[in-house]
Amino acid sequence: MEIIHKQDPALLALANLRDYDAVYGSFSWDAARAELDGLPGGGLNIAFEAVDRHLAHGKGDKVAIRWLGKDGSRQDLTYGQLAAASNRFANVLKSLGVARGEAVFGLMGRRPELYQAMLGILKNGSVFSPLFSAFGPEPLKARMTIGSAKALVTTDALYNRKVAAWRGELPELDHVLLVRTTDKPLPEGCVDLAAAMAEASEDFAIAETGPEDRALLHFTSGTTGKPKGAIHVHGAVVAHHVTGRYALDLHPDDIYWCTADPGWVTGTSYGIIAPLTNGTTMIVDEAEFDAERWYQTLQDEKVTVWYSAPTAIRMLMRAGKEVADTYDLASLRFLASVGEPLNPEAVVWSDETFGKPFHDNWWQTETGGIMIANYAAMDVKPGSMGRPLPGIEAGIVERKPDGGVTEITRPMALGELALRPGWPSMMRGYLHEEERYKKCFADGWYLSGDLAMRDSDGYFWFVGRADDVIKSAGHLIGPFEVESALMEHPAVAEVGVIGIPDETAGEVVKAFVGLKPKFESSEALRKELLGHARKRLGPAVAPRDIAFRTNLPKTRSGKIMRRLLKARELGLPEGDLSTLESDEKK
Amino acid sequence: MTPDEARAVFFEELGNIAPEWDPAEIDPGEDIREAMDIDSMDVLNLVIALHKRTGIDIPESDYAKLITIDGAVAYLSAKSGG
Repeated sequence: MEIIHKQDPALLALANLRDYDAVYGSFSWDAARAELDGLPGGGLNIAFEAVDRHLAHGKGDKVAIRWLGKDGSRQDLTYGQLAAASNRFANVLKSLGVARGEAVFGLMGRRPELYQAMLGILKNGSVFSPLFSAFGPEPLKARMTIGSAKALVTTDALYNRKVAAWRGELPELDHVLLVRTTDKPLPEGCVDLAAAMAEASEDFAIAETGPEDRALLHFTSGTTGKPKGAIHVHGAVVAHHVTGRYALDLHPDDIYWCTADPGWVTGTSYGIIAPLTNGTTMIVDEAEFDAERWYQTLQDEKVTVWYSAPTAIRMLMRAGKEVADTYDLASLRFLASVGEPLNPEAVVWSDETFGKPFHDNWWQTETGGIMIANYAAMDVKPGSMGRPLPGIEAGIVERKPDGGVTEITRPMALGELALRPGWPSMMRGYLHEEERYKKCFADGWYLSGDLAMRDSDGYFWFVGRADDVIKSAGHLIGPFEVESALMEHPAVAEVGVIGIPDETAGEVVKAFVGLKPKFESSEALRKELLGHARKRLGPAVAPRDIAFRTNLPKTRSGKIMRRLLKARELGLPEGDLSTLESDEKK
Repeated sequence: MTPDEARAVFFEELGNIAPEWDPAEIDPGEDIREAMDIDSMDVLNLVIALHKRTGIDIPESDYAKLITIDGAVAYLSAKSGG
């Protein structure tokens, strides 16, 4: 595919990262830290850098969040109003006795209260942990249990539907704060958030957090076992800020729209923190994806920087260039994408449709911020994730039998993508899982679990996952979590869950199910299992397809060989079958 | 298709996507994405299934007309000349 050269002198002059090699060579995290203010008393707090410091610089009246309700309503929140509202929220938490270091979970669609709450939680020195509102009860309960949730901020609708039934099983969950979106009476044992905030003071003394104090808890999924809670600290804000400037080319006068939901790490790091530390005006759209609504928003709000995801971009492609052409999208200056690799066709399509390409970038929940990216003033090779951010050293490594790794520097050699630890937004651990955390490191490298290659120009190319984790619509899904939910159904004897390629979502979840002796496979049972999984897991995690098998392929120890299920499903070579003990029967 | 036929087709395809719900119990004027926890991928799969089943071409710009039961029934019966 042809390289997209950056030639527009006006755009090149405006780019924050004009000379990649020079900046990469001279960058230091200490110097980056100096771009932020720090707390007046000397500490560092994400919420202060995101909001309150702008008040001291005379930006209190600037719009921080322009919220678009799904019913067509609009609400502007200035930096000053956001500071006051988050102070009120922090006061509510404090008055309830929620302490520094304690975890407060957020479960909400994209409503203004969620943004106020997150910033208030950080101001209080508590730890914010986002939950995706399309999760079903089981993923929610698992994450809140592992994270020892002290408080939950949600809406009454979501609480009644997804939480109320099992709330009593979490002994540490003392407080539930509700945004009332229905006309139902306030559920028992819950706080009416609007009423509590109305009574709270607009002044709050931000907790004197330091760079190594815990701030965020982001859950992600592994191949086996429970979800992992990646711990991030207040110092991460240095990386959020700088990567926002370099990889998203954020300028203070930008109108920025990150379409990711704050229930995931992108929607927090780049849907809340980075755009605010950089002083932009950010668009928050409550509504779900709709091609025409999106174009209308880009046009009417004069969005300049747009950060989206491959699944959404491919849905726009399905809708067609003709739809885009009926809108005036001239305000757009920089487009970026993350979540899964952006296929070259989508990069080229966006260049033809918008006159500028989507810039793919790569990072993970664990890395807390963008690690490898395509930049405004650097040529784009469609299909490549780009080059490492200043301050980030990336390499391709090969695992050795002794558990160590060696770097492979040969261009286009296939290996595992690895990073040298030390950047500020790197996770500080998996909560209560020291062993799993240690396994992420070898010989001074953080091992990403992604397979990749590096070309002779230093551009990285994603190849696949080294494990069985599924990437669907940008969300990482652990097969074990899906299998566990299906195993709870009385008809199910065994389950293997894999990701199968999908032209829109990248991958979709498919489950292979073996039934207990008294049960017969049927279309009715297939639908029952599908419904069973959706009720427990929600649509984002549940399988989109289920197939029955008389027997699933297993190793001697009884472990289901997902790899083999996948190879057969896709018609790929079956590979090493030496551990196969009990083979698949259709 | 008559409205009744359109409703039957829509309920069946909706039931294939989200079998945990009985569409007959959903408020026909409510957004199915909220009432039934349907996400964007589900909507896409639903549209593809409806197209396969009825032959009706449903452009992306019409997806929004299919997110309530009443809307979908009216759309499908009108487009099929019913």
